[in-house]
Amino acid sequence: MLKQLEELQLEALNELGQVSELKELESWRVRCLGKRSKLTQVLRSLASLPLEERKKVGALANATKVSLESSLAEKKKFLEEDHLASFLGRERLDITLPGQPIPAGRLHPVTQTLEEICSIFTSMGFQVAEGPDVEWDYYNFEALNIPPQHPARDMFATLWIDYEETTEQARLLRTHTSPMQIRVMEKERPPIRMIVPGRVYRYEATDATHESMFYQVEGLAIDTNITLADLKGILFEFCHCLFGEERKVRFRCDYFPFVEPGAEIAIECLSCHGAGCRLCSYSGWLEILGAGMVHPDVLRRVEIDPEVYSGFAFGMGVERIPMLRYGIDDIRLFYGNDLRFLKQF
Amino acid sequence: MKVSLKWLSDYVDIKIDPQKLAEKLTMAGMEVKGLQTVGNTWNNVVIGQVAAVNSHPDADKLNLATVNLGPQQITVVCGAPNISVGQKVPFAYVGARLIDGHTGKATLLKATKIRGILSEGMVCSEKELGISENHESILVLSPEAPMGMPLADYLGDIVFDLDITPNRPDCLSIIGIAREIAALSDEPIHLPEIRYEEMEKPIDSLISVDIIEPDLCLRYCASLITGIKVASSPAWLQQRLRSYGMRPINNVVDVSNYVMLEHGQPLHAFDYHKLEGKQIVVRRAKSGETIITLDGLERTLTQDTLVIADEENPVAIAGLMGGLNTEVDVTTTAILLESANFNRSIIRRGANHLNLQSEASIRFDKGLNPDLPLVALKRATQLLLELAGGKAARGIIDAYPGKTAPSAILLSTKEIKRLSGLEVTVDETLRILRALGFECQETGLLPPQISVLVPYWRSDMKCTADLVEEVIRIIGYDKIPVTRLSASLPPQKSTPERSFKRKLRNTLVGWGFQEILTYSLTSMEKLQRLSLKLEPEVAPLQIANPMTKGQEYLRTSLRAGLLTTLANNQKHEETGIRLFEIGKIFLPQYSSVIAVGQTRGSGEGKVKQSTQDKEGLPQEKEMLCAALSGSRRELSWHDNKELFDFFDAKGVAERLLEQLGLTSTFEPSDDEGLFPGRSADVIIGGDKVGVVGKLHSKVAQDFELSGPVCLIEVDVEKLMNKASGAKRYQPIPRFPSITRDIALVINEQVTFQQAEDIILSFPLVEKATLFDLYTGEQIPEGKKSFAIRIIYQSPKRTLTEREVDKIQQQMLAGLHRELGATLRG
Repeated sequence: MLKQLEELQLEALNELGQVSELKELESWRVRCLGKRSKLTQVLRSLASLPLEERKKVGALANATKVSLESSLAEKKKFLEEDHLASFLGRERLDITLPGQPIPAGRLHPVTQTLEEICSIFTSMGFQVAEGPDVEWDYYNFEALNIPPQHPARDMFATLWIDYEETTEQARLLRTHTSPMQIRVMEKERPPIRMIVPGRVYRYEATDATHESMFYQVEGLAIDTNITLADLKGILFEFCHCLFGEERKVRFRCDYFPFVEPGAEIAIECLSCHGAGCRLCSYSGWLEILGAGMVHPDVLRRVEIDPEVYSGFAFGMGVERIPMLRYGIDDIRLFYGNDLRFLKQF
Repeated sequence: MKVSLKWLSDYVDIKIDPQKLAEKLTMAGMEVKGLQTVGNTWNNVVIGQVAAVNSHPDADKLNLATVNLGPQQITVVCGAPNISVGQKVPFAYVGARLIDGHTGKATLLKATKIRGILSEGMVCSEKELGISENHESILVLSPEAPMGMPLADYLGDIVFDLDITPNRPDCLSIIGIAREIAALSDEPIHLPEIRYEEMEKPIDSLISVDIIEPDLCLRYCASLITGIKVASSPAWLQQRLRSYGMRPINNVVDVSNYVMLEHGQPLHAFDYHKLEGKQIVVRRAKSGETIITLDGLERTLTQDTLVIADEENPVAIAGLMGGLNTEVDVTTTAILLESANFNRSIIRRGANHLNLQSEASIRFDKGLNPDLPLVALKRATQLLLELAGGKAARGIIDAYPGKTAPSAILLSTKEIKRLSGLEVTVDETLRILRALGFECQETGLLPPQISVLVPYWRSDMKCTADLVEEVIRIIGYDKIPVTRLSASLPPQKSTPERSFKRKLRNTLVGWGFQEILTYSLTSMEKLQRLSLKLEPEVAPLQIANPMTKGQEYLRTSLRAGLLTTLANNQKHEETGIRLFEIGKIFLPQYSSVIAVGQTRGSGEGKVKQSTQDKEGLPQEKEMLCAALSGSRRELSWHDNKELFDFFDAKGVAERLLEQLGLTSTFEPSDDEGLFPGRSADVIIGGDKVGVVGKLHSKVAQDFELSGPVCLIEVDVEKLMNKASGAKRYQPIPRFPSITRDIALVINEQVTFQQAEDIILSFPLVEKATLFDLYTGEQIPEGKKSFAIRIIYQSPKRTLTEREVDKIQQQMLAGLHRELGATLRG
């Protein structure tokens, strides 16, 4: 009996050694350790054996069972690891194959710039408002101190809907976002802090630096005790936000009919850093904004007392900013909407 | 405005470096666009005197000029016809850097043999020196020019190119700019002293002036000179005109131009003997009246033109151009010199109407002061007497119907501080204003106020703010402190429309759409190509003065711009394109009363002009339009290459609305720009908010598009209003759901919507998703198969298989009864 057990164990281990697949392992278990296995038969027959023998055979049979079970576990572990390794090997990919493209959309660079400008000013407490593209002569010109035949009309080549300069009832495509100064002040009382992004239009032949349609952002702040120094502060901060803290900014006298005193803000040329180059027409400076203190006649027209209140207004072209930043040399690219251009931003 | 530094130096001492001066002027509002040094390339060019002129032995048109240069004489070949003995001329030695008269390029002068004669040097033309384009003749210098002196020392100059803002017509003159420089550098200004002799005969016995239109001619001054000799101007005067870029003509014309540049007042000289009736009448032109102007053109005038006439005919268009009938020429012996002030509007209208912009019209247009004509007239009379001889009649004609008393403006340093933030003392204020020519008086009131009288040349000064600018711009805007706005913050309101548009944009960008921005203006042709019915049926707004045919109408749809962009990009994009624009369309608002018979515009754009309602401005409506074209996925080794179709567009619309918390339905659309049967109106709560569909093949063809294109178009404002309702949170289901898949065989004509409606009408059905649509093998002709996944869910309890089975049986029975649907075997 003891010998039978030893043979049995040897045979089982031998068979186990032959097993090379996980699924064969189960049939081995059934054969060698299952209910009908010789080992189980030995164990069952123990009861009929004499006590002495029963002890010996029983001990060996149990030891054999434990030993075989642990061999099984070991073999199983071995086979599983082997299986995993070969599975992983089979699943290996050429990871240099290109990734699945995800459709990527982008905002138009002008929208991106507008968002950036608006977020700088809203962080300073300015509210965003929009106005109509088709305007009355009154809002675009008259109310801004530019009556018919005023020479400053030359600064704004106008696309008219109704005939030119006949009456303030004439409609036109706004030539700047400044008419919204009047519309805002007609409705609201100080304190006012407003910016107005929008499209503007000019009667202009297009070339690399001129467009018949472009975007502007207008700003307006009215309250007691607002000064040109505040305007300088706001716009310097704005230029620094947009073009970097180190960028030199110039504040000089300029003329716009609806502000007095008037000012222009220029930054040090991004290309030559002030030395003078083609981009800055050899001046070293790039004009960014027109600005000034709202003209007392404009305030009076919207029934804000210029002796109590003062305020500033400013306006800037939007396309110029990405043009300067990215070295875009043709403004027509913006509304040409070539995807090979738009996808760069 | 080009200004010579030498000329300026006649009136003000300029002690600072020209570059620094340019910066100061720019800062003060007079932008210096360019700074040109004249003569900095004239090395080896000196002043010589022509000692002899002999003809070239072997060439008819060439001369041999012997030029005395002081220490030596050199004989050179010269082709200029105007060379003569005794002239002072610029002479270039070999090695001088000159502009080649033919190629226009800078070249070094070499000794050359011309027709056998060695020429070592050259007598120069203006072009060779880079002064002007004149290459026909040599430059003849003033007889006083010192022989042997380097030309750069004699003629060298610096020319500022200034950008003068429209409010400063006074700075369209040398004296005006000299005044600015004087104030900026705290130097005195020296004006030319005007004194001349007059003869016995009084001017009013020789000419009479009658102003019929005193509103259009505020002042008319004139002097009369007899016995003059019309000839070339002296070299110094010619040189000054050239520095401005003007061509010298004769002494009379040159003097009037010179004084215009000096003082900013345009003048005009008439040949006195050619004036009929010896009278000047300032009147409106008669309708249809004609005049031949100095440029030789006959011009037909309207009543909207102001003319200077004699007894009979117009002799000049006021402020714009003289008439040929009274032109000053070499035979002229007496002139009437006009210096007047005309209404700027009539000059501007006339200049635009007759297309006659000139140096004079530019100045009148900006609004000159009526006190200027007299000063300028006296200066011109003096110069003419000096340069053209003759005698001036006694006195001056001065018709001045528009005379007004000057009024004072009050200014306080407190006001300067209030507007500029800059602290300025009373003394500093007084110093600056006086330097600019203002008369100032302290009122003695408290707080201290200064009463300021504006000088005649500053017609732009109207109010206190103007004076504040004067003071601070002379101090310098760079001295203004930088402060942070400390005024109170206005109440912050939300801007829902902006946020909403941003949300739409960001959502679409996240789904791979590229944003585009296209022109608001388009052509009628493109709008027609869209074959859209306009709602309401009115023509788009037309531009009265379009730049191009392509930009003549305000868009009434975003489609044209989008499709054009798409077609342009299809030419080079290899794979799918997703584009969108959010922007305004412009819908004219007409009242119900249509004026009959009135038409405007021309060609295909001719439409009935309607009386507008009282708003009159068009409705500007924000729209979203998106397009899909090409393959659904980018070109890849890894995925299918199917093309976008109707359901992609619909999917975008559905998901977009879902993101906004809106439930929509889709109904067949009759949009004529879209493919019939493959387009749908997007309906929310019974209201149409947009449309999705495949582009009509006709439209696609007209826009030269390739492959199918699908559109999504929604009304942003409507959508925003619908989406503005408060959102309520839905609890996450606490109990498990049960999922059943069914495959229905159903008649081809039955829509999915019909089946879905029935399914969703049963209790506990949470969701029905179509996951396959099949026709073909195993499905009878005329039938199709829907594979639908149905999810059953109760918020209150775990469902049992039995109750779901029961519902599903009833559902299948319903589908069979209503739609003839059977379960696929």
